[in-house]
Amino acid sequence: MTVAPTTEVSRLLREDFDSVLDAWFATQKREGVRRPDLFSDRESRRQLADLLRAFSEALARIDLDAPVDIEAEIWSDLRLALSEITLVRTERGVAPWEMTAFVLALKQPVFEMLQKRLTGTPEQLLQEAANFGRIVDAFAMHINEYFIAERDEIIERQRAEMMELSTPVVQLWERVLTIPLIGTLDSMRAQEVMENLLNAIVEHSAEVVIVDITGVRVVDTQVAQHLLRTAAAVRLMGAEAIISGISPKIAQTMVELGVDVGEVTTRPTIRAALDEAFRRVGFRIGRVEDTRV
Amino acid sequence: MSEAASIYTVDKVLLVAIRDNITDTDIINLQEDLSERIVNEAARGVVIDIAALEIVDTFVGRILAQLSSISRLLAAETYIVGMRPAVAMTLVELGMDLPGSKTALSLSHALRSLKAKGLA
Repeated sequence: MTVAPTTEVSRLLREDFDSVLDAWFATQKREGVRRPDLFSDRESRRQLADLLRAFSEALARIDLDAPVDIEAEIWSDLRLALSEITLVRTERGVAPWEMTAFVLALKQPVFEMLQKRLTGTPEQLLQEAANFGRIVDAFAMHINEYFIAERDEIIERQRAEMMELSTPVVQLWERVLTIPLIGTLDSMRAQEVMENLLNAIVEHSAEVVIVDITGVRVVDTQVAQHLLRTAAAVRLMGAEAIISGISPKIAQTMVELGVDVGEVTTRPTIRAALDEAFRRVGFRIGRVEDTRV
Repeated sequence: MSEAASIYTVDKVLLVAIRDNITDTDIINLQEDLSERIVNEAARGVVIDIAALEIVDTFVGRILAQLSSISRLLAAETYIVGMRPAVAMTLVELGMDLPGSKTALSLSHALRSLKAKGLA
């Protein structure tokens, strides 16, 4: 354990905790990152106090000869406090820059207080200020990283959800399934579609599946290829595929591209496809006797 | 007859059950046995159950196609049944979508189709 040159900051935090807290709070207010619209004074102060306490405790144990490593064990309490506060604040819509400024606002008041306490020793003052600045900067960077990690996680989660949402297999009737495709059909989604569909065929003992492409924006050769492969796999399983939702425009495009659907059944609308599916599994839709007057 | 595949007679239909540990030699033997049984028993229907098959390669895919073709030549309608999703995806991936073979979800589905045609 080195006798750290930040002793003065440490001492300052120990002896004058409340005035540092007040000054930090005031600086945040002045810089407009206090967000009184989102947090009450009391809540804000509690957040700051938590942070400052964790900071002060870690500072008492820091080895200043080593580079500031926020991932180190001595900062774990502070990291935890920081994560909690960042989470609470971002949930209420605080921007990343505000969060960084929120932490950086600690610098100025502490510098001023140090200046007062160390008027006679400018060298120590400089040293203390530099070290303190280094630590606070490291924290501001840590917050940024936290934000990026958080965003990445959200993006990843949404991607997974979108994937799930975009390939729902629905049972329309006994032994009849449909999978309405929406958006774009790239290789990854095509794979997902095929997997879900084939598993659903086993699960429901389905005999006919309707692959509806009404919501597919572009049908190019690749998309057509995916569709035909899905139909081929469905046939191998012992079920039949009907591709529905082929608009006049898509039909023209497919012919222009030279796509041959072979023996795969196609229908312009999902309604026509359902009609065909019923015929194959031996159901018929009929109007009940008209009782309207 | 090897352990890896067995042929049973159900009504007038030959049921071929393929196990997952089938080897290339087994499958060639099966091809021979099956063609002889079809002729000897004058079978009009063949059902090849591959529900136990978890992995396929191009060889197995080709043999499946061949089994269907041979049976068809010998006037027996052939169904491949019980294919697992993973196997179906692999075969499609390999470009072997068995165009000449009939498929059905399960043995009972195939038997129903054969009965409807008076072949079982």
